[in-house]
Amino acid sequence: MVPISWYLILSAILFSIGVAAFLIKRNIITVFMSIELMLNAVNLTFVAFAQQWHMVRGQIFVFFVMVVAAAEAAVGLAIIIAVFRARSTLNVDQIDLMKL
Amino acid sequence: MHLALFCIFGALCVAGALNLLLQRHPINSALSLIVVMSSLAVLYLLLGAEFLAAAQVIVYSGAIMVLFTFVIMLLNAGREQRTHGSKMAWVLGFPGAAVLLALLADIFITHSGDFHRVQAGEYVVNTAMLSGVLFRDLLLPFEVTSILILIAILGAVALARKEH
Amino acid sequence: METSLLTFLIVNLIKIVVVVVILLMEVAYTVLLERKLVGRIQNRWGPSRVGPFGLLQPLADGAKLFLKEDLMPLAVERPLYVIAPMIALGCALTSIAVIPFGANIQWHGVDLFQISDVSIGLLILLGITSIGVYGIALSGWSSNNKYSLLGALRASAQVISYELALGLALVGVIMRAGSLRLRDIVNVQTGHSVLAFLHWNFFGGFQFVAFFVYLMAAYAETNRSPFDLPEAESELTAGYHTEYSSMKFAMFFMAEYANMITVGCVATLLFFGGWTSPFGHFLSGSGPISIALFSVFWFVAKVFGFLFLYIWVRGTLPRFRYDQLMGFGWKFLVPVAIANIVVTGLWMGLSLPAR
Repeated sequence: MVPISWYLILSAILFSIGVAAFLIKRNIITVFMSIELMLNAVNLTFVAFAQQWHMVRGQIFVFFVMVVAAAEAAVGLAIIIAVFRARSTLNVDQIDLMKL
Repeated sequence: MHLALFCIFGALCVAGALNLLLQRHPINSALSLIVVMSSLAVLYLLLGAEFLAAAQVIVYSGAIMVLFTFVIMLLNAGREQRTHGSKMAWVLGFPGAAVLLALLADIFITHSGDFHRVQAGEYVVNTAMLSGVLFRDLLLPFEVTSILILIAILGAVALARKEH
Repeated sequence: METSLLTFLIVNLIKIVVVVVILLMEVAYTVLLERKLVGRIQNRWGPSRVGPFGLLQPLADGAKLFLKEDLMPLAVERPLYVIAPMIALGCALTSIAVIPFGANIQWHGVDLFQISDVSIGLLILLGITSIGVYGIALSGWSSNNKYSLLGALRASAQVISYELALGLALVGVIMRAGSLRLRDIVNVQTGHSVLAFLHWNFFGGFQFVAFFVYLMAAYAETNRSPFDLPEAESELTAGYHTEYSSMKFAMFFMAEYANMITVGCVATLLFFGGWTSPFGHFLSGSGPISIALFSVFWFVAKVFGFLFLYIWVRGTLPRFRYDQLMGFGWKFLVPVAIANIVVTGLWMGLSLPAR
């Protein structure tokens, strides 16, 4: 027997670590990974609330989040490859111009 | 049993997430993120979401993260360097994240009386229930996401292609 | 009858140990089978010196690999280099846990011929195979060798691409069964007449298109010939396991063969009626013991046939070129698999009475 609030606090911890990693990490791929971490934390909240209210739709929202995350990963990594080709660096401090 | 599993995999999640934050090499960060995602799949199972648990492993750990490691290997990403910006981020990022965590935790703890306790197997959404809602009530959003995926594929191909 | 937790645990533990030991033996003898068959295909004898007909050769191989020096190159990324073969072998062995290899026979409330009967068995298999890529990817990256890295890059790109076709090929079967539980999928295919094999998904379900897509994708997923580009010896020395020696190499080797067996088991369960007799009640036993024996016999026979096919293809077909491989996966297999889903859906929708 585990209270739902424990799951919510776990997801809050994961989300905060994701935010911290997003701000602190300097490698563009790792920054992108911390976005995925935040999305996962939010997914855990959705599943926990689906269990709380006994509603299937909460889980379906997670399904949609996964689809969007997959699309985002494909496009984002393609952008990273394009940026790396133009600048040959992955450090976000050196990628600060809006043009290639 | 439920409590033990929650504690083990919750601790694994937090440890993996912290490791992602602290490791300097992107491939180590990617591996710790895989640990986080796989333990989240177990937590989904505990919360009665069996299809989502499988989808989490197949889509996140099996496809998205493979793509990340693939790109890390392809670009031969090395350790990240510390710069002036990163020091500023350490100074501002940690307190910001801590405040966020404190706010969220405060809300959840003050309202913890409103939440049930989960018992394993009490409310399990099987795949048939999930697909019933997905393909009947939410058919339009489902079709829209398929178009989104198609556009994402085209965009990725267009972006990553070499200009001649 | 209520079983106590202790007996449940003990029986399950024994079951797991027995299954793992049998699987490892089967892996060892699949290697021998492959060497023998490829030898015959190439007009040689294959191993014939150790024991009668070379039957003790796997033991000799095992002893040799075990006693070899375990080299650790200086420039490797140490922790990942050690973990990678463990991931590969661990995933390959774990996936056997959901596979039912005999009729559903209960003893003290414990299913004798399956480690765990889960309602999302097929998805778990797909998930575990998709985790298995990390073993190859990390081994190539951590070896710090350009051939290894190229092999790992090829392997991960190939596995991601073919996973899509593999998953889509299974959808038709799942639609026919209406369940992801492997026992339910087999039960849909059982018939009682002498021509029970006509109920198999391969014949009666008209899923032979799905089966061929599955077969091609499975060859690519397990990095076997004709899609063994990640370890193409003429271009990449030995691909991702170039730097590995002794037991670490043996772990990759065992993982490859264990994956072959798993893929064969899945093909048997999904397309060829699993443990059921192809002739209905004929040759399927009458008492509980003979039913158990016959079901295991049919399952093993079907998996053996599949392994034979695997080795036969390896002995006959040349290797693909990499762009041909990608083109084949994306431009041929995926569209065919999607067409199969559409046709199966239309056929089911038109033949079933409207609900």
